[in-house]
Amino acid sequence: MAVLLPHKPPAPSRWRVPRLRFVHLVGFVGLSLVVGGGAFAQANGARLSALEVIWKWSPLLLSGFGFNILMSVLAMALGTAAGILLGLAQIGENRTLRSLAWGATQFFRNAPWLVLLFFAMFMIPFQFRLFGYTVPFPDWVKAVIGFSLPVMANMSEIVRGAVASLPSGQWEAAESLAFSRRQTLWMIILPQCVKRMLPPWMNLYSLITMATVQASIVGVSEMLTLTAQVHAAEGGRPDLLAPLYGFAMLCFFVYCYPIERFTLYLERRFQLNQ
Amino acid sequence: MTETSIVPPASPPGDNGWTPDQPLVRLVDVRKSFGQLEVLKGVSMDVAKGEAVCIIGPSGSGKSTLIRCINALVPIDAGTIRVEGQEVNDPDLDKLALRRKVGMVFQQYNLFPHRTALQNVMMAPVHVLKQDKGEVEARARALMAKVRLSGKENAYPGELSGGQQQRVAIARALAMRPDVMLFDEVTAALDPETVKEVLLTIRELAEEGMTCILVTHEMGFAREVADHIYFTDAGLIVEHGPPATFFSDPRDPRTRAFLGQIL
Repeated sequence: MAVLLPHKPPAPSRWRVPRLRFVHLVGFVGLSLVVGGGAFAQANGARLSALEVIWKWSPLLLSGFGFNILMSVLAMALGTAAGILLGLAQIGENRTLRSLAWGATQFFRNAPWLVLLFFAMFMIPFQFRLFGYTVPFPDWVKAVIGFSLPVMANMSEIVRGAVASLPSGQWEAAESLAFSRRQTLWMIILPQCVKRMLPPWMNLYSLITMATVQASIVGVSEMLTLTAQVHAAEGGRPDLLAPLYGFAMLCFFVYCYPIERFTLYLERRFQLNQ
Repeated sequence: MTETSIVPPASPPGDNGWTPDQPLVRLVDVRKSFGQLEVLKGVSMDVAKGEAVCIIGPSGSGKSTLIRCINALVPIDAGTIRVEGQEVNDPDLDKLALRRKVGMVFQQYNLFPHRTALQNVMMAPVHVLKQDKGEVEARARALMAKVRLSGKENAYPGELSGGQQQRVAIARALAMRPDVMLFDEVTAALDPETVKEVLLTIRELAEEGMTCILVTHEMGFAREVADHIYFTDAGLIVEHGPPATFFSDPRDPRTRAFLGQIL
């Protein structure tokens, strides 16, 4: 009769850093082999092995990776702030504002991220004149704005969806207690939405982090651009391609995987506390 | 008047000329449709101050819609509803002022899950009525004791049983010192063993003189507590009367059929 029993999600364990199991070990060894691939075969005399090349350039490559993270954090902050405003406008009482917000959300949510990036790169001037001062607008700032557009649109939907997912009884109860709409939203609805929004928000962050490498296409010196430059500086050896790009992949994986695990953990915990 | 008394002092006659000897809630020919479906087809009823009124009837007969119209949760299409002389379907109505006078308890409790039981009770008086927090807290604790939940003040709704949550919801509505309480099938979602404790609380309220309008399926309770019973079927009030005559001598065949099915 097991089929008749209600589905029970597994009890959440306390969150810890992902445990390394044998599978992970195999993965890491495999990746290291790719990264270090050809190192032994090619290591004769003047030519550096792939591992040595990565080691030699790692400060530069890692600083590029740091730049990716910086862009992702800034784009996320900007996009989240704008997205919350847009999401609130989507559920607001003003009809015009509501349809405008809905339109903007749909437009930016259904455009390829790369197109939005190009859009930001070429539409925003490289400097502004403000009170007689010239404020420079470097490429990477424009890229941050470009990335924040899809974040904004997705955040707007996360807000709207979380508010819509609350049982209507919460609104009714607040209404019957004479709370105004604004009070209901800020004191009763939104506090309950925060935990519902957290997992999809973190998921979005993980996605935008990985998308920041697209900035290399428009010439921002982030990790992928630097990797290509390092490869060229090492004489464009074909045997270095896989190790160098493998290293970039590894960096993103090590950064995003724990976020993903933590998101999963939060989702499971909130499911139990409904 | 003791501190825990829930019956508000008689409100002075308002500028609309209402005096406490007139019906506290008066519905005249109320109609409501949802799209093509006409849910209320001209409902009239009077509820006097201090009266307990039960609305019974088959599912889908418009009972819940009827009760939701009284505090303007559902706007009506035609007819008039007056609460203490104030017209509920007036487009210029101050809904918040109306809802301060009308407390409501729901089938699904609808407590705010992110706040403790005590905070649930205190929120509206503090933030809506802007009353002093210390004074509200004392009153909220007294209300928690009144619904027999002393000691559960700091529990979150998720930690309470259905019956306990429903009693917190009653205390929450009472904290606004309403003139009339609406109960919308408040025991329908409860386990049979916890129904009793909630009904006991409501009975005490009614006996203390709180004006109560209840939608219920608990016939025994309705018979004992109600001063007046309304039977609705298909959006109309088919029959009404005091419980003694209503249950022992129903006139309308629809009432007879309904009572025959459930008694």
